[in-house]
Amino acid sequence: MRRSILNKTDTPLIVCEHVSCTYGNAPVLHDVYLKINRREFVGIVGPSGSGKTTLLKAIIGSQPVAHGSITIEPQLTIGYVPQVETVDWYFPVTVEEVIVMTRAKTKWWPQITTAERKAVREVLEKLGIADVAHRHIRELSGGQQQRVFLARAMFCQPDILVLDEPTAGVDVRTRHEILHLLADLHEGGLTILLTTHDLNGLAAHLPRLVCFNKTVLADGNPRDVLTSQILEATYGAPMEVLEHGGMPLVIDHGRVAMRGEGK
Amino acid sequence: MIFALDLLEPYGFQFFRNGLVVATIAGALCGLLGVFVILRGMSYIGHGLSHAVFGGAAASAVIKVNYFLGAGIWGIVSGLLIARVARRRVIGADAAIGVVTTASFALGLALMNRYGQASKSIEAVLFGSVLGVKVVDIYAVALVGLLGLVVVVLGYRKLLFSTFDRDVAQVSNVRVSLVEAVLLAMISLTILVTMRVIGTLLISALLVIPAASARMTTNSFSRMLWISPIIGAVTCFVGMNLSYHLDTSASATIILLDALVFVVVYAVAGTRNRAKMASLAHL
Ligand SMILES: Nc1ncnc2c1ncn2[C@@H]1O[C@H](COP(=O)(O)OP(=O)(O)O)[C@@H](O)[C@H]1O
Ligand SMILES: [Mg+2]
Repeated sequence: MRRSILNKTDTPLIVCEHVSCTYGNAPVLHDVYLKINRREFVGIVGPSGSGKTTLLKAIIGSQPVAHGSITIEPQLTIGYVPQVETVDWYFPVTVEEVIVMTRAKTKWWPQITTAERKAVREVLEKLGIADVAHRHIRELSGGQQQRVFLARAMFCQPDILVLDEPTAGVDVRTRHEILHLLADLHEGGLTILLTTHDLNGLAAHLPRLVCFNKTVLADGNPRDVLTSQILEATYGAPMEVLEHGGMPLVIDHGRVAMRGEGK
Repeated sequence: MIFALDLLEPYGFQFFRNGLVVATIAGALCGLLGVFVILRGMSYIGHGLSHAVFGGAAASAVIKVNYFLGAGIWGIVSGLLIARVARRRVIGADAAIGVVTTASFALGLALMNRYGQASKSIEAVLFGSVLGVKVVDIYAVALVGLLGLVVVVLGYRKLLFSTFDRDVAQVSNVRVSLVEAVLLAMISLTILVTMRVIGTLLISALLVIPAASARMTTNSFSRMLWISPIIGAVTCFVGMNLSYHLDTSASATIILLDALVFVVVYAVAGTRNRAKMASLAHL
């Protein structure tokens, strides 16, 4: 039983030390230090192009690391949910086919078995999209598409979920639903690591935030991390942080700055 | 009655029966692998490989080495080289592939000019020839066809996963590089055993058109894997028969028939389902 070891809370699952990555000669990650413990719920925030996706790919092992090391706990099962923009939505697969493909081991004939069909149904029901199993992935709404890939990641019963921009391109209601879904999964014992550029809608609600731009600029509770100084360093643009209902609320001054430039 | 006899006339010839068997299996095989070729956007690889193998075929004809041995080794080696170059995703990878395969093709042509007596079998490799089909070709294409079937059935989910989502497949312990090497080796072998019937110049079309037609008829991967080989086999079978009666080149007739199927499916499916049409971006 993999679940039983989840009780130990403080074992690091992932440790990145002095990690650097490059594409050709362009440095994308520089001296990244990041430790993810069991049962943590961590969000990485940073502007687009700051290397968030590259960091996740380095962690899951599909992006080579130029310097430093990434230590993953042995036997760790990672469920990865890619950024929706990187998925080929025209690929001819139904939802069921997408989810089942993670079980590479089949009997000699690769047809989906009754047991697998039932397991797919269960995971889809858990995510509230039970009726889409036989639909083509293109025919789904943004929130459904996101959940299908979450379902695929859940299907292999992972110890940790790694999600790249899980709320990109979805409406406010879907964002709430996804956030609650992830909170429930975290409550149920899963470790979660995600990236987002949605500071108020998602990041501010997480227990731990990492501000990231090629390297880790700050790491901690949103109250401590979401300050105008740290955000300016991360985004390279002026930001103001207010407090609203006991939560930090980030106002970006992009428009104000542009008006200023015009003068 | 007379018409029916007419249709059966070519079956009296051994060479036609052999050619028909090889072409039909080749069509099914190319249709099967073509699914991966178009979904992975590798049609340039099929094109490049067939040209590379031509060089190997010409060289083995000149130095009188067995075709399957000479062109086979050449094909597998260039296939693996292409896989290596393509995997590193270097800018200009396809240019490099283009240079190597075209040079190989040019070498074949030069050999063909220089050594007149070998030119007959080289020409057969270039344009395909039903007359040249030997019993060994039947065995070869049947063997590779069977192998292709086994690979696709046993590796089904790994092939699908690494085609659809390479990164995540890798995380899920699929050995993606191995899957890709196997696929390229299969495509090389397919080109090798079908080239003498279909010919270098048209084989890449057979690797693309039936699969593209199949893609437009369905949104399911598993169904596409059925439909594409069926289209490939039927068009090859019918094309062979037609070419006898019309006295046209077998490979040209087959490809024209495939193109016709494509146009018809495009016209029918295109008005109904735009998602399936947009999938042509895979080509
Ligand atoms: N395959 C690639 N080849 C070259 N450069 C890339 C590649 N992928 C990303 N980059 C570059 O690396 C930087 C970081 O990208 P990415 O990790 O996607 O950032 P983020 O996810 O934070 O938007 C960007 O400048 C991007 O242009
Ligand atoms: Mg990204």
